[in-house]
Amino acid sequence: MTAVAGNPTTSTANVRHSARTEVLEARPVNLDGFVEEWPEVGMVAMDSPFDPQPSVRVENGLIVEMDGVERANFDFIDQFIADKAIDVATTEASMAIPADEIARMLVDPGVTRQDVIAVTKGLTPAKLLAVAKNLNIVEIMMGMQKMRARRTPANQAHCTSARDNPLQVACEAAEATLRGFAEVETTLGVVRYAPLVALAQAIGSQAGSAGPQTQCALEEATELDLGMRGITGYAETISVYGTEPVFVDGDDTPWSKSFLAAAYASRGIKMRFTSGTGSEVQMGNAQGKSMLYLEIRCILVTKGAGVQGLQNGSISCIGVPGAVPGGIRAVAAENLICAAVDLECASGNDQSFSHSPMRRTARLMPQMMPGTDFVCSGYSATPNYDNMFAGSNLDSDDFDDFNTIQRDLQIDGGLRHVKESDILAARTRAAKALQAVFKYLDLPPITDQEIDTAVYANGSQDLIPRNVLEDLKGAQQVMDRNVTGLDLVKALESTGFSDLAERMLASLRQRVSGDLLQTSAILTDGVPRSAINDANDYAGPGTGYRPSGARWEEMKRLRHVTSASNPEVEVE
Amino acid sequence: MTVSTNVQDVQRSLSFTEVGPAARGSRPDEVVVAISPGFGELFTKTIVDIPLAEVIRQVLAGIEEQEVSARVIRVHNTSDLAAMSHTAARLSGSGIGIGILSRGTSMIHQRDLPRLSSLELFPQCPLLTLETYRNIGSNAAQYAKGESPQPVPTLNDQMARPRWQAKAALLHLKETELVRKDAKPVEVTPKFAAAPVR
Repeated sequence: MTAVAGNPTTSTANVRHSARTEVLEARPVNLDGFVEEWPEVGMVAMDSPFDPQPSVRVENGLIVEMDGVERANFDFIDQFIADKAIDVATTEASMAIPADEIARMLVDPGVTRQDVIAVTKGLTPAKLLAVAKNLNIVEIMMGMQKMRARRTPANQAHCTSARDNPLQVACEAAEATLRGFAEVETTLGVVRYAPLVALAQAIGSQAGSAGPQTQCALEEATELDLGMRGITGYAETISVYGTEPVFVDGDDTPWSKSFLAAAYASRGIKMRFTSGTGSEVQMGNAQGKSMLYLEIRCILVTKGAGVQGLQNGSISCIGVPGAVPGGIRAVAAENLICAAVDLECASGNDQSFSHSPMRRTARLMPQMMPGTDFVCSGYSATPNYDNMFAGSNLDSDDFDDFNTIQRDLQIDGGLRHVKESDILAARTRAAKALQAVFKYLDLPPITDQEIDTAVYANGSQDLIPRNVLEDLKGAQQVMDRNVTGLDLVKALESTGFSDLAERMLASLRQRVSGDLLQTSAILTDGVPRSAINDANDYAGPGTGYRPSGARWEEMKRLRHVTSASNPEVEVE
Repeated sequence: MTVSTNVQDVQRSLSFTEVGPAARGSRPDEVVVAISPGFGELFTKTIVDIPLAEVIRQVLAGIEEQEVSARVIRVHNTSDLAAMSHTAARLSGSGIGIGILSRGTSMIHQRDLPRLSSLELFPQCPLLTLETYRNIGSNAAQYAKGESPQPVPTLNDQMARPRWQAKAALLHLKETELVRKDAKPVEVTPKFAAAPVR
């Protein structure tokens, strides 16, 4: 809750209010911020009179005009998109198709995903915007159901600690992967803690399931270093922006970001870019363009860089589109366009969005109902107070609600209910493995009492504090001694955690085979699953991914379900 | 000098008198406070309705209680907090400057640091109280004296985003509209007058 009560603009002392007004005034939704549109500066979701009109002209295999701008007047984003993202061979034919017709192709189950991509690969940002403007929220979801690259939806968790406690992060990662998360991600309050926490997350993640990939969000050089060492498995906090000044403020260009992407690819490390509606207007440089138009430019920069996917859905700027009319429709549309140009989409729902539980849920549905590659690009696996990404739209308090919604609607958000004894066992295994690895690597010790507390904890407030200064020295040692993922495999094998060692080694082997570099790749039960071997085949009712068989049976389980055979007891 | 941190005691209006072009100070015991283009002009209160008259009073009181002198300058050519604060630091005889945006976001800067760095940053403007502003003034003055004060404690609130992010963007855009790229900073004197309670 915020420190300030009441809504200052509506509470006037001398006016008599009805009891109804007072009840409504006290509802959580009225703690959220809403603003009027202001298109001149880009404070508008997806419909600015200053957005360009679609156009393209090709001469000698080169795009010489795009969206009303001559090549000589291109900014560096225009140039990058025109030269790297748009298929010059097909663009004039694709651009000749009316926007409403392309919108219908997205929705029509009779048109295949490949047919749509054959058109979208030739579209300019303004044309993609025109297509999106034809779609209402249900049609956007219809489109996402078909255009998602991977057939089976998945989910990603944030595993962080307000005290940067590595033991907590190991336990949370184990529980998260056991609950079904395919990726887990951490970040830090005190950045120097990163090597220890990233290492703890890597070990913990394999205690819940075989294969889930991990990342640690840091400044770019350190993030890359941890990836190259094999302490993390993927990267996603590589931000791109939709206007040149905002890009430049971050000391970057589309080319510098592409160079970084290539550095990851050179070591077989999965990576995706990050962008989202609202970032440019937030930084005061939207140049009068709508949030969605600018985000489409980011999507095409990602495409042009040759990166397999994007984390989008406003992300840390969600308060901006969330405050304007149609903003959450625009956020769903940006996810759809990402998928529609054949990119992996990790679809947001990863930042605190609203005080209202109803609004939080409504914001989730356009991704959860059709399914996306990652429904949340960061579901907080901890209570939000421990979330070092500044809070998520969903946190550990919501696990049972989320599982119930999956069961109610028979939709797959990637999670499952797990009974407490199994969770405690996984948390214990992760904690003991971390204890052993710390000892093996001569890092600050973890006591049995710390483990007992961490296994049964809800969050960092329940934990025994670590000796932070000693831990920070240990973290520095991990870097100085050049500890790698293989050292962790060795440590686990030597201390009796052979199963975890094997899982971690299998994950590292992916660096060589490169299967995780394919679009939308995840590693589940040790098997890579991507748009190559698990391609979305939705083609209308009765087709595509539907929870069935063992997965549906698993989804039927909740914390409390009355047994049909013996109504006096609950199903285990 | 005792300045209460209670806003309720009296409502004050705030105006600034221009002294002239802001020059580099020679006193080693001064802190320069840079205010943004719309501070006390287009804007009279922070994002959470704290009167800007009280904000500036507290910052100045914080500096004075450390027996350090203060100058106020208005920056016209930017609404970027780091740029404003760095300008203040470069004009300050001690090399220490404070920047305050109209919505309340603040920073303590030092002349020798890179522009995008700072001594202390207070990014979550909805959570800043008059006491925080007092402490910002006091800490800046202590840096000016060559001391190493404990950083000013700040709150963190994950629900500040849904409530304030869009309004903050709006306020930033409004302030940015007032920017005149070629205008030099001007030294100003704040004038407080008791005003009738609205």
